[in-house]
Amino acid sequence: MEEIFDLMILGAGAAGLTAGIYSSRARLSTLILNEGVIGGQMVLTNEIANYPGVATTKGYTLAGIMKKQAKDFGCRIISNIKIKEYRLNDTLKTIVLEDGLKFRARAVILAPGGKPRTLNIPGENLYKGAGISYCATCDGDFFTGKEVVVIGGGNSALEEAVTLTSYASKVTVIHQFNHFQAFEHAIKEAEKNMKISFIMETEPREFKGNKVLGSVVIENLATGKLSEMKIDGVFIFIGYLPNTDALKNIVITNERNEIVVDTDMKTNIPGVFAAGDCIEKKYRQVATAVADGTIAALSAAEYLHNQKKINI
Amino acid sequence: MKLLDTAVHEIETAAELGRIISENENVMVSCGRMGPMCVPVYDIMEELEQERSDVKFYTMGFDTPEAAPIRNNPMCMGFMGLPFNLYYKNGRLVEATSSIQDREQITSILDEYFGK
Repeated sequence: MEEIFDLMILGAGAAGLTAGIYSSRARLSTLILNEGVIGGQMVLTNEIANYPGVATTKGYTLAGIMKKQAKDFGCRIISNIKIKEYRLNDTLKTIVLEDGLKFRARAVILAPGGKPRTLNIPGENLYKGAGISYCATCDGDFFTGKEVVVIGGGNSALEEAVTLTSYASKVTVIHQFNHFQAFEHAIKEAEKNMKISFIMETEPREFKGNKVLGSVVIENLATGKLSEMKIDGVFIFIGYLPNTDALKNIVITNERNEIVVDTDMKTNIPGVFAAGDCIEKKYRQVATAVADGTIAALSAAEYLHNQKKINI
Repeated sequence: MKLLDTAVHEIETAAELGRIISENENVMVSCGRMGPMCVPVYDIMEELEQERSDVKFYTMGFDTPEAAPIRNNPMCMGFMGLPFNLYYKNGRLVEATSSIQDREQITSILDEYFGK
């Protein structure tokens, strides 16, 4: 007989795993379906130093603990799957996977997280791992004594630019605006570093090379002038996009494709909640995702409790 | 000495690497660190290990001198992103990729070189 879960959580990042911990501990039968890597963006963070109660930890360590906590409370987790169909408007919600497997639950929490934004310009895919990188901590030492470019103007871009100066002979930050979006301390740290220079109001248009990256074509947005810079490496840090492509015609989303929720993490569909980087909010941190996941799980538990009363 | 914290068996010496690729028909080795581009690949390998009994999955620490046969392999020349993912068929290196890979990218290589 087909198993019907109390709660299905779509996504296993900080928000999804936290929701799994709370709902399983509340004795709700809980299934987490995860399309990506368990831990989500948290795993892609090398070091986390601002998660309360934990002095400094690796992103994958924190994700591993959360996963174990959820499993220990009885939460079932299925990862690396592809979802084909969402049937969320019915009282009993159904998720269909690409391989035809179906899962049903009385309530659903959407926690698909976000993904790093890519430039989508010619050469980006071709030179990934051959000069183009998305992680200075991982790949910085391949560029020892070389000249690299950092694309972006937020905290990640400027912090990673400073990290890269430990390896590279020269780091050039290219940013589309005439000001940075990073916190003041990150900007000051980058500006005082003698190895870092800045090219503002400029965007990359194409990556060129032979077997490895050799140059980047950039456009000055003020003048429209194109020029080609010879470089050894490019590090791209231009923010994140919510993983809501498949959901935007099912639940209400805003102009940035973020899911609109109320303070209880309720979406416009009864019994469907959302949490984490996929929702409309200002700050995206592990701590805020954990808070979202907690609220969503408690709201889902309340919803299920009220449904039972109605059914009696 | 073990450098990685994963459920996939970690190769610790060049001799062990040589023995594994010579004794097994289909082998995938991911050589990296516990970094954000590497961990997702190890997680995928951990899952594939349960599903693909025809392939042996291993990790290896990039920073050990014992990984020199991987770092210096001609097929990995020009690689500038971790992890290095290597695929061996009957002792011969048939494919190598650099940097993070998703499940589809890995399984398509497994299917192409090792069969479905």
